[in-house]
Order: sequence, then structure tokens, then C-alpha cells
Amino acid sequence: MNWDAIFTSLRLASLTSLILLVLSLPLAAWLAFSRWRWRFLIESVVALPLVLPPTVLGFYILTAMGSRSPLGRWYADLIGSPLPFTFEGLVFASVIYSLPFAVQPMASSFAAVDRNLVEVSWTLGISRLATFFRLILPSAKNGVVTALVLTFAHTIGEFGVVLMVGGNIEGVTRTVSIDIYDQVQDLNYAAASRTSLVLLLFSFIVLAVVYSLNRNSPLWPTLRKR
Amino acid sequence: MTNGARPLQVSIKRNFAGRFLLDVSFNVGAGPGTVLVIFGPSGSGKTTVLRCLAGLESVDEGTIRFDGEAWSDTAGKVFVIPQKRNIGYVPQDYALFPHLSVRGNVEYGIPRARREAEGPWIDRLLLILGLTDLQQALPGSISGGQRQRVALARALARRPRLLLLDEPLSALDAPTRSVLRFELRRQLKQLDVPAVLVTHDWEDALGLGDQMIVLSGGRLLQSGSPLDILTKPENLAVASVVGVETVVPGRRVRRERGIAQVQVAGLNLWAADIDQPGDEVYVCIRAENVTLEIGSATKSSARNHLPGVLLGVVAAGPLMRVKVDVGFHVDALVTRQAVEDLDLKVGSPVGISIKATAIHLIPR
Repeated sequence: MNWDAIFTSLRLASLTSLILLVLSLPLAAWLAFSRWRWRFLIESVVALPLVLPPTVLGFYILTAMGSRSPLGRWYADLIGSPLPFTFEGLVFASVIYSLPFAVQPMASSFAAVDRNLVEVSWTLGISRLATFFRLILPSAKNGVVTALVLTFAHTIGEFGVVLMVGGNIEGVTRTVSIDIYDQVQDLNYAAASRTSLVLLLFSFIVLAVVYSLNRNSPLWPTLRKR
Repeated sequence: MTNGARPLQVSIKRNFAGRFLLDVSFNVGAGPGTVLVIFGPSGSGKTTVLRCLAGLESVDEGTIRFDGEAWSDTAGKVFVIPQKRNIGYVPQDYALFPHLSVRGNVEYGIPRARREAEGPWIDRLLLILGLTDLQQALPGSISGGQRQRVALARALARRPRLLLLDEPLSALDAPTRSVLRFELRRQLKQLDVPAVLVTHDWEDALGLGDQMIVLSGGRLLQSGSPLDILTKPENLAVASVVGVETVVPGRRVRRERGIAQVQVAGLNLWAADIDQPGDEVYVCIRAENVTLEIGSATKSSARNHLPGVLLGVVAAGPLMRVKVDVGFHVDALVTRQAVEDLDLKVGSPVGISIKATAIHLIPR
């Protein structure tokens, strides 16, 4: 078992989840309550990583981080070293790659909070922001937990984007899924099967937790309700 | 107007995608403990009016003023958000916060810094509403009637200037409803807050209201005391909204000392006269004011005795609704016992009697 790779994956997934929690709360709240007519454009952008091949996404992220892009130059000037093929670059890519997995469960659980409750809160003198923290967030906590768990699991499992953006640097950007790929390339099927089994069990446990949390409020409401 | 009444002035217009136009104006004094009933069938716009008062709905044009303060004024670009209106709002399904205890719900609108100081007031509120023993319960574990009281306590906790209630009893079953109607009346009087109450149930209107306005199709039809409106609707629309069972066209042929003689379907009726120049009228008779009689007319003070034929009997809650053809169709409400005692069957001859004062005329 390559513990370095496992540790890299866990570190990457934890950081990504934490960053996405902070980013997704306001974004999901905005998506859930905005009545802006072009809102669907933002929704589409957020959902893009769901449908784009990881290589395409990885290519764009790599280009954006590269020394020819303003973002890449700005980062390199600020930190002193470029983003591609570093752990930080991998975190940046993972945040974008897992964005829909954080935003969508949150947004749908916020939107599912009974509008009447929200209105009563307003009439009781509670501001919109305070209503979000005192009423909407506690009512939607399963959605937030689901978002975190899914983000974490999805980041553990990413492969294409990691390969494009992080390369394969032992102890820095080599994650579990890439480690398995390497093991197969080396015809080391025993090691590959052990690591794969660990990932399989991990994914199953994560999904069981998510679905048990959402027994009463389906995870993909559009698919289940109709 | 009661002493200390605060004027509530409403004059609003609102268009719903061109399909429905709300255009309502009224002016009432909201005294301590008095209840204004907004009465109307579903789709009449009554809930929208209440939501406009709460600031949850905007208006296209017009003003809402309470106690001299503009809550909404489209010309002056004034709109006070619900948070700043100092109202207590109870929506139709009560909308209790499911993640908070009964006490947590009631205290929700009170800032944490003031919770301790307001403790005795919250205790008193819970006591008046009979919730003291339920403080720690979650909303999911209590009955519908208890939920209604929690919603009321929550709305009252911040000592609002005006209480807004949307069909506060409609989510309850019939027996609970009549018990709680009486209770609600007593509690509203005791707590001294003026209230606006929306309902489509005329028992609620009669049991709870001090003043009433009737809405239908987004328009105000009549305002006055609930009893006056229910017994003396001004026009056909009100009569149909408040559910007068028998409305038939007639013609006034004679007037003497407050009593009018009216011809309906060739029959002569005596009715309470109205001060109206035209003689073409509608005759309105509420079913509870019609008495059945069998055999030759007995002596009674009722002026109108009409022979007829029984058309049918249906249950109407605890009572029976009887339809009689006396030349036109008249509904009567009688007890089940009376139906048995009089051996009423479809086609059997039966007479009706109605006091002249129980027949209300509407100009046609």
C-alpha cells in the first residue's frame, strides 16, 4: 500500500472540501433565492465540470495556471513559483472540478426550505441574512453535509484532472487513483487490487452515509420526484 | 370605533399577470382587542390583502397606512419591509420552525440580549395560551390546535402593534375548530392587540369578528358588522358569498310601518322593509330562520305561513337541510329529531313559517 499517495489524496480532499464549503454557501444561497433572469447561465457554468471530460477541464485549468495566462503570472509573481505540477495547483483544480458536487446539494436543500417559514421569520423582525443562518442553514444541514461528503469523495476519486494539472510527483501530486494507474502500468496487479478495494469500500461507505442522511429528502430531487 | 383605535387605511391595486385584478380600499379603526375580518371565497384576494399588510407582497399602486405611518405608498416610493412593520403574522399552516422547541419558536423574534428580561412575558404568554407544559416539545409532536396556539404565541411575543391571521382555524377538524374559535376570541380580547383575520367560514366571521369586509373577485363588496352583513347583504354578490341559501326575485307591492309586502312567484310575503326607491327586489332567506310546520297552520308570531311539498333532505353537519317547494324553493335547517318526529319524506306536504324580520330584501 502506498501510504504517501493515500495521505496526499486525503489532504487534497480535506482542503478542497473546506474551501468549497466557504465558497459554495454564498453561491448556493444566491442560486437558490435569486430571481435574476440570467441565473441559469451561472447554473450552467457551475454544472460544467459534471459534463466536461476531465482532460478538457484539466487542459483549461492548466492553461489558466500557466505562465502565459494573467492568472498564472499573477500567482507566480505573488508566491515566487508557478502553479502547475504543485499541490496548490492541484487544490485549485479540484475546487473547480468538485464545485457542482458542493453547490447543487446545498442549493437544492436551501430552495426546499418552506417559503412560509422564511416569511414568518422576516415578520418576526429577523433580517434576510440572519434568517439564512438561524433558519435556512439549520433546516438544510443535511444538504450541507451531503455536499461536503460528496465533494470529499469526488476529490478522492478524481483522475484525469489530477494527471493533467498535477503530473505524477511522488509525495506531492501522486494521489491514490494515479497510484493505481501506475501499479497497473507496472503489471503489479496485486497492489492495484488492494488499493482499488480500499477505494471501493471507501466510496460505498460514503454513499451509504449520504443516502441515509437523505432518506426523507432525495439527493437528486428532479430525478426522484416525478 | 373603540377607544384608542389606530386607523388602518388601505387603498391598493395589484395586477396578477393580467388574469386577476385586486382593487380594494377600506378604512377601519383597529382598537385594542378588536378583530377585523376579511371575508371572501377562495380566489377573492383576501390572503393577498393580508400579505400586503404584512409587507410580504408588494402592490402595484396605492397606499397602506397604519396608525399614521405609511407602510406602503407607491406614489411616495415608500415600502416598509416586513421586519420593520412590527406585526405578528400567523400564516394558514402556522409555519412553525421544525428544528426549534415550542419555546424556541415563541422566543425566535426576541433578540438574545433581551430574552432574559422578556422571560416573564413569555411565561405569561405561554400560560394564557395553555402551552406551559409543552415548552420543550418539538412542533412535529404536538396537535393541530396546539400548533395554532404556538404560532399565535410566537406572533405575539414581540408585542406587535397589529396581528395578522390567515385562516387561523381552517387547518383544524370541525369539533376542535368550534372549541378553539371560542378560545381564540377570549385570548385576542385578553391580549389587547388589534387583529386582522382572513377567513372564508362565516362561523369564524360571526364568532371572531367585530368588523368585517367582504371581498370577491378582488373587489370589496360590503363592510360593516359581521352579523349585519350575514343577515342583511347589500347585494346579490354578497348574499351569494356569505351563503344565503334562498335568494329569489320579487316585487314590492305595499309598505307599512317598516314592513313590506312582496310578491314572489305569485305569493305574498311580509318582509323587513328597506329604504330603497325601486320596487324590484331580491328576497333573501337564511335556512336557519325557516321553521317547518305540519298540518294546519299553528298560531305563531311569524307573519309568513306557506304550504308546500318536501323536495329532499340532506345532512348539514349536526343538522339536516330540508328543501321545500312552496312555489319557489326554500331551504330550512332542522334537527334530525324533527325530521323523524314530523315523519318527513320526499313528496309529503309540509308548511313553512318565517318571521317578517327574517326576510331580507336586496334591491334588484
